[in-house]
Amino acid sequence: MRVGLLVTCLVDVMRPEIGFSTIKLLEAAGCEVVAPESQTCCGQPAYSAGNRDAARALAEKFLDEFEGFDYIVIPSGSCGGMVKTHYEDALAGHPHLLQRFAAVKPRVYELTDFLSTVVKLKNLPTAQADSFKGKITYHDSCCGLRELGVQQQPRELLTQRPGVELTEMKDARACCGFGGSFAVKYGDISAAIVDEKCENIHNTHADAVVLGDLGCMLNIEGRLRRTGDHTTRVLHVAQVLAGDA
Amino acid sequence: MQIQSMHFKARAGQKLADLRLQQNLKKLSTKFVTGRASAIAELDDFEATRDAAADRRTRAIENLDVWLSTFEKEATRRGATVLYAETAEDASRLVVEIARKHEVKKVIKSKSMVSEEMALNSALEAAGITPIETDLGEYILQINDNEPPSHIIAPVIHKDKEEIAELFSRIHKKPLLTDIPEMTREAREVLRTHFLSADMGVTGGNFIIAESGSVAVVTNEGNEGMCTVMPPKVHVVVTGIEKVLPTLSDLATIMRLLPRSATGQSISNYFSLLTGPRAQGEQDGPEHMYFVLVDAGRTSLVGTEFEEMLRCIRCGACMNHCPVYQKIGGHSYGWVYPGPMGSVLTPSYVGVENAMDLPQASTLCGECHVVCPVKIPLPDLLRKLREKQFKKGLRPVFEYVAFGVWAFVAKRPKLYRITTQIATRLMRAMGNEKGLIATLPMAGGWTAHRDMPVPAGKTFRELNKH
Repeated sequence: MRVGLLVTCLVDVMRPEIGFSTIKLLEAAGCEVVAPESQTCCGQPAYSAGNRDAARALAEKFLDEFEGFDYIVIPSGSCGGMVKTHYEDALAGHPHLLQRFAAVKPRVYELTDFLSTVVKLKNLPTAQADSFKGKITYHDSCCGLRELGVQQQPRELLTQRPGVELTEMKDARACCGFGGSFAVKYGDISAAIVDEKCENIHNTHADAVVLGDLGCMLNIEGRLRRTGDHTTRVLHVAQVLAGDA
Repeated sequence: MQIQSMHFKARAGQKLADLRLQQNLKKLSTKFVTGRASAIAELDDFEATRDAAADRRTRAIENLDVWLSTFEKEATRRGATVLYAETAEDASRLVVEIARKHEVKKVIKSKSMVSEEMALNSALEAAGITPIETDLGEYILQINDNEPPSHIIAPVIHKDKEEIAELFSRIHKKPLLTDIPEMTREAREVLRTHFLSADMGVTGGNFIIAESGSVAVVTNEGNEGMCTVMPPKVHVVVTGIEKVLPTLSDLATIMRLLPRSATGQSISNYFSLLTGPRAQGEQDGPEHMYFVLVDAGRTSLVGTEFEEMLRCIRCGACMNHCPVYQKIGGHSYGWVYPGPMGSVLTPSYVGVENAMDLPQASTLCGECHVVCPVKIPLPDLLRKLREKQFKKGLRPVFEYVAFGVWAFVAKRPKLYRITTQIATRLMRAMGNEKGLIATLPMAGGWTAHRDMPVPAGKTFRELNKH
């Protein structure tokens, strides 16, 4: 099974190791993984800002790069949500592109959804010797949860990782306040929202908060560090599952 | 109501710094969010009920003209007078004219957000008529120098008991109370004299029913009954034209969802279905009944990509569940309707250029869509408003330039590769010994409150040998 990996622009620039953990997981599931060289961004920043032309151009670029794969896997709920739930609108008015997209759409998956529902991964790859062990709490990212229905999938997979104990925080489904450019344009409101998230994380006494989106990751980690918490780790679900964290 | 939405950012900043308000806003999640969750669990098939409610609202909106003319015919047949107002000002003028015609001196009102759009109280006062708000929350706001409501169903959610106790003591000139039932009793004593001496009652209308010409009014205090059945000889209903439902069966479906979504109640304490003035031989009801049906921008949404917004049944679930509203409350939004529904309605009714922040000040987390009883895709509508701003050239120049450059680069993989390699290294160099960036150019909103963790150093695409 040939899987095209949309690594996402934030993983590419900020946390490449998450891309490699993703590949490790997909290969453990028996997939042949290809990350097309020419990929850049799914277009969500443009789409959310109301810049339809740029969003459509990048959606078309995605089609060119990924339509040949059996499946397309994305280690991000928000980029996955963009492709799966918004490309139709972004491509509206272009019947030929919509037709091509209709053939691709059912093959697009967020990483944990793919591992859990498509390949039904039972044996996680061998963990690195010093990999993370301890208490974690899982933050549901908005688009993954509400656009793609990603909720049980990461939790079920995480229970397979020995030494990792999941404890639920209050309001795990509540937004962390990131919202893309929202966090820059309305930094003070965003900070008030993420403060509540940080408080809920702290109340679990977890060693790490685990999540599936880079935006939430940078936001939560950035706020924890700014407020003096240098110990609670902020990890992507792929890193914990792959035993790379 | 005068639009103040252009001051959103400054107001939101003040609200964030108001610790008392922050404490008061916590009631939203403990009371409304938890309440709704348990109330919807009572329904065997909540999702199917939502589908049905959305369908029924859609059916009403798609043939708005037909249902309104049916309503007019049925209401008129039962002795009521149906008037239409194109603007909020027209609506106020009509109500003042009705009051003058019947030589009204005092008007008692039950809660109506449309009357806020109309600024009805100031129009009545200007005509020498005294309006008295009889919903407890609205009464509190009225005696507090006509403060605007901060929530569509819980207008004083931003206040605590102590603040209200002080206000009562000051305005009623009575000793300071601490017990809520005692405070309520004091308000009732004041309101009772008004109930008995008013000449006209004004109510909102949660829905108007085409097949029967009735109005449905939902309250928890029963004050709508006092405004319509008790002494007033005139009852005026003011509501939006989109509030029409074709049949009573539609109303039954919607009522399964409205109180549950709003306050987490299976059914509100009071529910009135009022049809026509007092007929011969009847014991109660007003001598005259009027409907003032307000457009004020609503028809401009019909047939557009924002039409779905007209399904709204004003339950407030979207704001109760909104992470932004939960932090800043309703006053920051600067017009009648706050939260996600307000962020769609305000630019739609008062002009996109007058409410630039509202569609932007959302994380688009999607919870409002999830909880909306009539399935309005609020995040999509907010995004469409952003698109409208962008197309109209209303965004700051910086945004067009930044997006232009970004899109140019993102469409060119080789250039993108080089750019990201440079950016990664630059950001890495900016980090401190803990791997954190404390200030970032052009992202001051981020770094004022958060560090930016530094990138790894090389991009995935540089490292990937697959």
